[in-house]
Formats: sequence, C-alpha cells, structure tokens
Amino acid sequence: MEANTDQIWKLLDEVKDPEIPVLSLVDLGVITHVEQNNENVRVEMTPTFVGCPALDYMKQEVIEKLLNNGYTNVEVNISFSTPWNSDKISEKGKKALQQFGLAPPMPNSLFTDISVLEHVICPRCNTNNTELKNPFGPTLCRSIHYCHTCKEAFEQFKPIQ
Amino acid sequence: MKEVALKELLYKIADDQLILGHRNSEWTGFGPLLEEDIAFSSMAQDKVGQSYALYQLLNQLGEQEPDTVAFMRNAQQFHNCQLVELPNGEYDFSLIRHFLFDTAEAIRFDLLSQSSYQPLADLAKKIKGELQYHTLHANTLIKKLGSATPESIGRLQNSLDIALPYALGIFEPSPFESSIIAEGFFAGEAELQKQWILKVDALLAQTQLKPISWPTVKAIYGGRNGQHTEHLQPLLDEMSEVFKIDPTAEW
Repeated sequence: MEANTDQIWKLLDEVKDPEIPVLSLVDLGVITHVEQNNENVRVEMTPTFVGCPALDYMKQEVIEKLLNNGYTNVEVNISFSTPWNSDKISEKGKKALQQFGLAPPMPNSLFTDISVLEHVICPRCNTNNTELKNPFGPTLCRSIHYCHTCKEAFEQFKPIQ
Repeated sequence: MKEVALKELLYKIADDQLILGHRNSEWTGFGPLLEEDIAFSSMAQDKVGQSYALYQLLNQLGEQEPDTVAFMRNAQQFHNCQLVELPNGEYDFSLIRHFLFDTAEAIRFDLLSQSSYQPLADLAKKIKGELQYHTLHANTLIKKLGSATPESIGRLQNSLDIALPYALGIFEPSPFESSIIAEGFFAGEAELQKQWILKVDALLAQTQLKPISWPTVKAIYGGRNGQHTEHLQPLLDEMSEVFKIDPTAEW
C-alpha cells in the first residue's frame, strides 16, 4: 500500500545543495517524485544542468539521509522526463538565494530574450544598474554580473527554460 | 533498421559533444582572459555532461557503458564531424568554431525536442535551454571582435575561411537519413543546414566580416563515417590515458 510521503519530503528538505548550502534539494526543485511502500522508497531526481558534477553527490546524500532514518531499501533514479527549469526553485529557495548574495533567477515568463540578462537585479541594492560580465561562472548554474551602483561583482543563479 | 538509424543519430551527436567538450577543456588555464578561460571550461563541462547523458540513452538501447564507449573506441569508430576534432589553434579559430558549431547545435536540439523518441525529446528540451548560454557567448564575442580592430577582423576572417568547409561537414547526410526523418526521430541534416545558414548569415551581417558565398564553399565530409583527420587519435589517446591505465580509477 502506498503511504503518505510527507515525512520523506521533510527529510529531503534537510539535504542541502553542496554548492549552495542555504538551498535544500526540495527548494531547488530537483526532487521530482517520491514513492513509498513500507520501508521501500523510490525517489526520482533530475539535474539542474545535464553536466552538473554535484548530481552524484546529491544522490548519495539522499540515499544516506533516508537510510539513516529507518528506510531500509532506497532507490534513487535520475530522469529527464520532468526536466528541471529555474521556475522549479521555490519562493523560499529564491529568498534564501538572495540572502546568500546570489541573485535568484527571474521567472521564465520574464525571460523572453537572452538579452534580459544584461540588466539583472542586484541582490544587494535591488537596482538593475548592472551589466552581464560572463554568462558562465564558478559553477554551471551561475553567471557573473557587475553592479554599477554597488561597484561590485555579483553572481546570478541562471534562469533556464 | 529503425533502431540502427536511431543509434547512428545518437552516436554522432554524442561524439560531437564529447570531442568538442574535450577541445574546450584544453583552454582551461590558457584562456586569453580569465572570463574566457571560465567560459570555455564551463562549456566543456556542459558538453561532456551532455555526451554522457546521450551515451546513457545508447546504453539503454543495448550499447556498452558510457565510459567504455567514450574511452575504448579508436578514431575510426567515432562519428563526430571533423570540425570538432581540429586543434584549438589560436583563440580566433576556437571562437569561430564555437560560433559555427553551437549555432547548429542550438537548432539541432530545438528540432530534437520534437523527436518521436521520447527519451531523446525530453533530454533535448533540457539541453536546448543550456545551449542558449553557449550561443549568447559566441554571438556576443563574434559581434564585438568582428567589428573591433583590423587585426581582430582579419584573424576572424581567416579562421572563418578555414573552418567553413569543415562546418558544412556537420551536416553530412547519414546513410539512414530517410529512415530517421520518416520515423520522426529528427527533421534531418538538410533541414538543419538550411536553418543554420540563415542564422550564420544574420549574425555575420552585424559584423565587418565578409558575407559568405555559400555555393563556393565545398563541404568536407567523412567524419560521420569514421574518416578523421590526423588530430583525432592523439586526442583520444590523451583523453583515455587514465582509464586505460586503471579502468576502475575514481576521481
């Protein structure tokens, strides 16, 4: 019989993104499905970027978290059937990104053209007096920008459709 | 027959990604600017990761494990176009190749997002979003350097003239072309080439580079069929060195 999976989702909310430790995997939106049958749990995950090197690490963290909490048979599958996009980051997650100093991705409804990246809102001063320095950054999911008001560089979690 | 056609399609796309991903990674530590070092390294990571996902699709269709497929084949068994295996040369050549290849790649994955083979369509939808950043990068720099100084324009023009016949080799038709199109796996190389020429022409029109006289460019074919330049085997030897010493090594 299929059980209520709330407890599992709660546990997964404690597993953080290894590169952005303020963000849980649930807030990041990479957990796409959870199924439970007594001690057997099946979790489906999808990567933010296809080449994300942190994916295996995240998968391992999920398995350990559930094994340490009494689930004896845990299976985690990677799938693209529900592909990730940046709108999957929760509101709570976007706030956490902003507080971390990383500009959250704009909603995809506003990401109408790649040129909108030229004036991303600065996470510090909230103005768009900014410019895109590099569509690539320290990790695949971040771009580098410069704020003319703060006179400082900042990073953005890239929007992806 | 259907499955043979599908596998051939997946192999050539995956091999393109892996080989250009490796070439891009050769810029790590050598980029002319820190930003470009980061950009080429990031694109390398994207492309190698995308090739891995495509080799996994092949693995699900009964082919060997991704690592085995990537590291244990010799040059004649690779289906990448010759454009992606050419040495990086100077930055101008790498940039021109990146522009020509990724313009095609962005259209290819857009078309593949309509594939009748659902696992490929799902993956293509994901990859096409990522490639927006690759084409943004290429277009920005070609527009800038293609209108900057006589040296930057001259260098890009020279590299463009060298790369174009190889770039047309991206679209070398497959022996299974009609089956691939009839099955709805992919819209086909001719359709891709048609859309690619429009995009390339439109971008070059925003620079001081010469408009391309397409009928005078003669395509260099062979890569899709396992015929490669002398540059591919040394690349494969280097890429597979650790795996061949110790196939169980983890890093």
